Amino acid sequence: MTKLSINNVPVEVPEGSTILCAAKRAGIKIPTLCHVEGLQVIGACRVCVVEVEGARNLAGSCSMPVAEGMKVFTNTRRVREARRLVVELLLSEHNGECQTCDRNEDCELQALSAELGIREVRYGGERTRRRIDNSTPALIRDNGKCIKCRRCVSVCLETQHVGALFPQNRGFNTVIGPAFNLDLASVACVQCGQCAAICPVGAITERDEIDEVWTALDAPDKHVVVQTAPAIRAALGECFGCEPGTLVTGKMVAALRRLGFDAVFDTNFAADLTILEEGTELLTRLKKTLLDGEPAALPMFTSCSPGWIKFMEYFHPDMLPNLSSCKSPQQMFGAVAKTYYANKLGKRPEQIFVASVMPCTAKKFECQRPEMNASGVRDVDVVLTTRELGKMIRSAGIDFMGLPDEEMDAPLGLSTGAADIFANTGGVMEAALRTAHEIVTGRPLPMKNLHVEPVAGLAGVKEASLEIRGALPEWRFLEGAVLNVAVAHGLGNAQKVVAAVKSGAKQYHFVEVMTCPGGCIGGGGQPRFTTNAIRQARIAAIYREDEGKDLRKSHENPEIRQLYKEFLGQPLGEKSHHLLHTEYQTRARV
Amino acid sequence: MNTTTDNWHEVETTARRILGDEIVAHIDQCRQTSEPQSHLIGVLHKIQAQHGYLAEAHLDAVAQLMQIPAAKVAGVASFYHYYRLQPRGRFLINICLGTACYVKGADRVAQKLIEELGIQFGETSTDGVFTLEGSRCLGTCGLAPVLMIDNEVHAQVTPDQVPVILEKYLSRVRRESHASSGPTGSLTPLRRLP
Repeated sequence: MTKLSINNVPVEVPEGSTILCAAKRAGIKIPTLCHVEGLQVIGACRVCVVEVEGARNLAGSCSMPVAEGMKVFTNTRRVREARRLVVELLLSEHNGECQTCDRNEDCELQALSAELGIREVRYGGERTRRRIDNSTPALIRDNGKCIKCRRCVSVCLETQHVGALFPQNRGFNTVIGPAFNLDLASVACVQCGQCAAICPVGAITERDEIDEVWTALDAPDKHVVVQTAPAIRAALGECFGCEPGTLVTGKMVAALRRLGFDAVFDTNFAADLTILEEGTELLTRLKKTLLDGEPAALPMFTSCSPGWIKFMEYFHPDMLPNLSSCKSPQQMFGAVAKTYYANKLGKRPEQIFVASVMPCTAKKFECQRPEMNASGVRDVDVVLTTRELGKMIRSAGIDFMGLPDEEMDAPLGLSTGAADIFANTGGVMEAALRTAHEIVTGRPLPMKNLHVEPVAGLAGVKEASLEIRGALPEWRFLEGAVLNVAVAHGLGNAQKVVAAVKSGAKQYHFVEVMTCPGGCIGGGGQPRFTTNAIRQARIAAIYREDEGKDLRKSHENPEIRQLYKEFLGQPLGEKSHHLLHTEYQTRARV
Repeated sequence: MNTTTDNWHEVETTARRILGDEIVAHIDQCRQTSEPQSHLIGVLHKIQAQHGYLAEAHLDAVAQLMQIPAAKVAGVASFYHYYRLQPRGRFLINICLGTACYVKGADRVAQKLIEELGIQFGETSTDGVFTLEGSRCLGTCGLAPVLMIDNEVHAQVTPDQVPVILEKYLSRVRRESHASSGPTGSLTPLRRLP
C-alpha cells in the first residue's frame, strides 16, 4: 500500500495505482474525457491534470502512478486554468452544434464545459475538415466532432478484436477512422456500436430512425407492432433518471401504448421460440455425431447476436457451419409477426409494420440483411436503440415515471423467465440448458433456482460441464455424456474461444457468444455510460425479472405451444426452416 | 497457436504478387518471433526500400499477412513522415534549404524547380519522373546552393541551370524507355478477397 495525500486528505491505495484511482477512492472527482476504467490509460485528453508538489509540470492523473508521501492537489488555480485551457482548445476544434447534436444533454464535453464554467472559447483557427460517414445502416461518424480521445480505437481493437478504427495521419491532421480513408461499410466493422456507446461526444452515434417509426404510426393503413428486447426493461429507466438496474417493464409497455403502437409485443416471445429451435438443433447435432456417428459441426455457437455473426463472416468464415442456423429472436419475431400474427388479423405481411427496440446497433444492420424477408417483405422494418426509445418517449411529452404498469399484448407478448435472461451474458446458455435438460431427462435442470452459476457474471470466458443422468429412452445415447459448454462476451473473448476450438485446445459442445461486454444489457444502444457496476446492476435486474415469473422455461410458454400447434408444426420443421432459420455468408475483410 | 486463416493460400499468393517473394519471406520470419506485430515498422521500411513507396495494396497485404488490422497498418504508415504513401518519381530531387544554401539563393532555385516541374514539395511530377523534396542540410555547405538528384550532387546551382539539369535526366528516361517498359507494373488492390 502507498500513502499519499490529495488536497491534504490522507489516502492509502495499492502500490501502482494511478492518482486518478486514488482520488476516486478519496471521493475527489477528477474530470477526464479519454480515460475508461480497464480499457485505456493513454493520457490523450490532458483534462485530468493535477499538481504534484515538487514536480515542475502538471501530471496526467490517469497515467501517473502514486508514490509514497506524494502530495497531490486537484483544485489549485494552476490546475483549474490548465484544465480550462485544455477544454477550450478542444472546443476550438470541435464542431459544437449542441442544440442539434444527437448527444445534446448526453455529452461529456458539453457537461465538462458547463462544470468548468466555460463561457467563452478564446481560441479560433483551423478545424478538422468535417466528413460524415453514413455508409452503414447502424452508425454515423462525424469527425468534425471527434476530440481524438481514442476510446473507440481501444474498444474496437482491444475489447472487440475488430480494429476497424485507428488514428490516421499525424498531429492536427489526425482523423480516427478506417484504413485508407474508407468508410465503415467498406471495412470489417461488425456495427456493434461499442464505439458509439463509449464516445464522449457526438462523433459516433447510431443512425436515428425515430422519424421512420412516427411515419409508420401516422399511416392509417399500417398495423404497427413493436417488440422490445429483454435488455430494454432493465435499462430504459436510466433515460429517465432511474438508478441502473431499475426494472421498468410495465411502464415501458404503457409508454409504447401511448406512443400509438397497435400492439405491444415482446422479443422475449421469440427468445422462447429460439430456445425450442436452437435447443432442438443442438440435440440433433449431438445425436448425429454421438448416435449416428456422422460428422456434425460442433461446438455449436449461438446466433442471437448480429455483431458476432458478422465477426464470424469476416474473420472465421470456415467456422460458419458451427453457427446455429437459428435467426436471432428479433428476426424470428419479425417473421412470425408478418405471417402467423398477420394471418390471425386477416392482414397481408406488407400491412404489418414491425418496429424493434433493441439495446443494439448491429440489429439495425441485421434487419436490413437481404435474406431477412421470410414473410415476403422485410420482416423487421425499423430498429430503435434503447436511447432512441427514450428520446421518442420524451419528445411525445410522456411522463414516463408517472405511468402505470401495463401488460404486453397477446399472443406475441407472453414469455417465460428463460427469455428474460437472454439479456445477460450466460443467459442464452442457461435458458437453453433449462429446456434441453428437461427434453432429454424429463426433469428440471438440477441446479439451484435453475441458475447455471458458473456461466453467469462478468468473467470474460466461462465454462461449465453438465453430466446427463437419467436420459429418457429416446435420448438414451446421451446417458452419462458430459456436455461441455462455454460462454464468452465481448468479441475479444469470443476470439479466444474460437482460437482454442480451432487449435483443438478446447472441445466444447455448445458455446454462447454475445458481442458486447456483459451481454445485451451492455449493448451499443444502451443508455450511456455503461460501466461494469452498471452492467452488474442491469444483470441483477434481469435475473429478478426471471425469478419473478411463474413460467421460467421456454418450452412451458403456452403461446409458443399454440404457435407450433396452429402454425409451425414442430421445431426444425419445414415451416420453421423457412421462417426461423437462415444462412451465413463469407465476407471479405479490410 | 494457429496463425493462419482459412484463406491463407490465397492471402499468400496475392501478397507474393504485390509485395514480392523476398518481403513475404521476411514477414514469415517475423511471424516466427514472439512478438510478430512489433516488426511492422521494419517491414514497412523494407517495402518502401524495394517499391519506393507504400501503396494501399502493399499495406493491405501486410495487414493480412501479419494479422494486424488494416486501419492500424495504415495508421502507422501515415503517422511517420519517413513513409511515402504516393509513388516516388524515377528520380528524387533533394534541394538543400539549410542556412548556407539558403543565403546563397537556394530559395530561388527551389522556386524555379517548382515552376519547371509544376509540383510542390513532397509531390511527384505528372510524368512520374521527378519527386521534389527539400532537406535542411546535406553537409556540403562549401558547394552551396546544392541539390541532389538520387545520389548525384549538383553544386552551386543557379535558377538558370535548373532546366538544363532536368533535361539531362529526362533524356536518360527517354533512353531507358526504349530499352525496357515501365518500372514496377500496376498493383492490384487486395481489398476484396473472394
